[in-house]
Amino acid sequence: MSTHTDATTTVPAPREGGASASRKPTAAQRFGDGGGILNVFSHGFLVLWAVMIIGPLIWIVLGSFKSNAQIGGSAWSWPTSWHFDAFSRAWDKGIGGFFANTLIVLAGSLTLTMLLGAMAAYVLARYEFRGNRTIYYFFVAGAMFPVYLALVPLFFMVKNLGQISPLLGLNSYLGLILVYTAYSLPFTVFFLYAFFRSLPTAVHEAAMIDGCSHTRAFFQVMVPMAKSGLISVFIFNVLGQWNQYLLPVTLMQQQSGSDPDRSMLAQGLMNLAVQSGYASDFPGLFAGMTIAMLPVLVVYLSFQKQVQAGLTSATLK
Amino acid sequence: MRHKKYPFIVGFLIVPVALYVLLVIWPYVQTFGYSLTDWSGASQQMNFIGLRNYTSLFGDSVFVTALEHNLLLLIVLPLATILLALFFAFMLNVGGRGGTGGVKGVRGAGFYKVVFFFPQVLSVAILSVLFQGVYRTDQGGLLNGVLVKLGLEDPNKPLQWLADPNWGLWCVIGVLIWSGVGFYLVLFSAAMQAVPKDIYEAALLDGAGRGQTFFKITLPLLWETIQTAWVYLAIAAMDCFALVSTMTPGSYYGGGPDHHSEILATLLMRNFITYGKAGYACAMGVVIFFITLILSVISLRVTRREQIEF
Repeated sequence: MSTHTDATTTVPAPREGGASASRKPTAAQRFGDGGGILNVFSHGFLVLWAVMIIGPLIWIVLGSFKSNAQIGGSAWSWPTSWHFDAFSRAWDKGIGGFFANTLIVLAGSLTLTMLLGAMAAYVLARYEFRGNRTIYYFFVAGAMFPVYLALVPLFFMVKNLGQISPLLGLNSYLGLILVYTAYSLPFTVFFLYAFFRSLPTAVHEAAMIDGCSHTRAFFQVMVPMAKSGLISVFIFNVLGQWNQYLLPVTLMQQQSGSDPDRSMLAQGLMNLAVQSGYASDFPGLFAGMTIAMLPVLVVYLSFQKQVQAGLTSATLK
Repeated sequence: MRHKKYPFIVGFLIVPVALYVLLVIWPYVQTFGYSLTDWSGASQQMNFIGLRNYTSLFGDSVFVTALEHNLLLLIVLPLATILLALFFAFMLNVGGRGGTGGVKGVRGAGFYKVVFFFPQVLSVAILSVLFQGVYRTDQGGLLNGVLVKLGLEDPNKPLQWLADPNWGLWCVIGVLIWSGVGFYLVLFSAAMQAVPKDIYEAALLDGAGRGQTFFKITLPLLWETIQTAWVYLAIAAMDCFALVSTMTPGSYYGGGPDHHSEILATLLMRNFITYGKAGYACAMGVVIFFITLILSVISLRVTRREQIEF
């Protein structure tokens, strides 16, 4: 409830007992049950934190319309003219291409992660066979190791894969897709394992009696039933892979001058930051950031309930 | 039905397991092996040198500094993030009290949750570039701009933020807290909403104040969630590579000025990619692994309490 209602309608409640009795009458009148002070206090902090989150983001968007001199001169200047040329400069420097690279890799790695993760989790959760527990613990163990532990050998592993086919090696889409998938599997399997276990067996059994094959039962009965769990893990993986920085920096460097630039968005933005720093094109950099932020903001605002619920349940399992 | 079971199981498991073993398990195992060699990474040649990489690690003053910074992060990051997130979550869910004794969140709780959570979906590169702007050392920087505007700072002697040896690491910690609080707020909110309202109402009737409700009801009931959050934040504190390497000064993977914000991850990458000391870098990876392992075990032990059923 708002502070106003608290202050005017709340009768000093018995719960405050001794404290309100010792307080001066004027203070008691002004703040009712004492919750009033706390409410102003807590609202103050909440508003302050909200401003701290939104402020810098708006500042960046405004910055993309300013001139270079304006950005350096004062943080508080308002853009004098609303030009969009910084946006086209940022786009020309490759933001569009980095976006495309990221989308290609994420489309591949998310499809593979969900498909392979669900398949493995399903078999481990619902079928008894020798080695079942071993394979499960194998997957679970991977979830807690830091990726640094694997980094050096992983680099050479991907490099060697490139000798089998350049499509798989360093600075290749498929190589990064496979790496993302492999590192997303432990958590995906761990989470979906618990989820498939919790599903009722009756529907599945009915399908099997009707002559459904194991594969068909999985795709047409179990996957639809596990939809909510799959969505949670999917969101978790989207954010995890979207925010990935270390793996692309290590694995997606151009190997020679003639190599195509397949930087992910995060990498590309950092390169743009370095270039803009040298070229003093801060409006261009801020415009690049705005371009990179907008789709995320739109998707987040449209699905914020699912994103929050998905991430929370995925973490708590 | 039974005769086709095994081909099905093998068919479903073979690709995920093969991929996982090839790209995750096998590199993990190899790291332990390489950490015992003087391998440069560039050539095929390597010699077994036993534990010499590990002994030189602890004689390396930069490594010890980096380790200290990681330990500092391990304490400050979870503590600050969890305290702030708990405070906000309590305000949003139980903070507002209706006149009739009901328990409610403050007005606009949904809005705050949406706003606070947003940094979580921003890519780390955006965070990095954003805060390079915020921490700019001239008046164009958001923080210096605010401080000058408020008259708290002399415009001719602006604060150096990231370039200041004493402040650099704290600036990065600030960004980590800024972006992390929203997520843990939502996490704790979900846990708080699972607590039946009548527990709070009963406490109110018994004369409990806000502080008492928080410490006697909310905190114990949320203990398990806090423990989970602690482990996640501890793992995050061992990482931080992206932010430190891109925000702090220093030519190869940041860590400056003069190693004042060095962490294990940046040191590992510099030794591997720049200096070509792959074996040495692997030894660092192993150290990071053991610290993470010990931490998870300790935090699970220390925070273990009697489960409260509700």
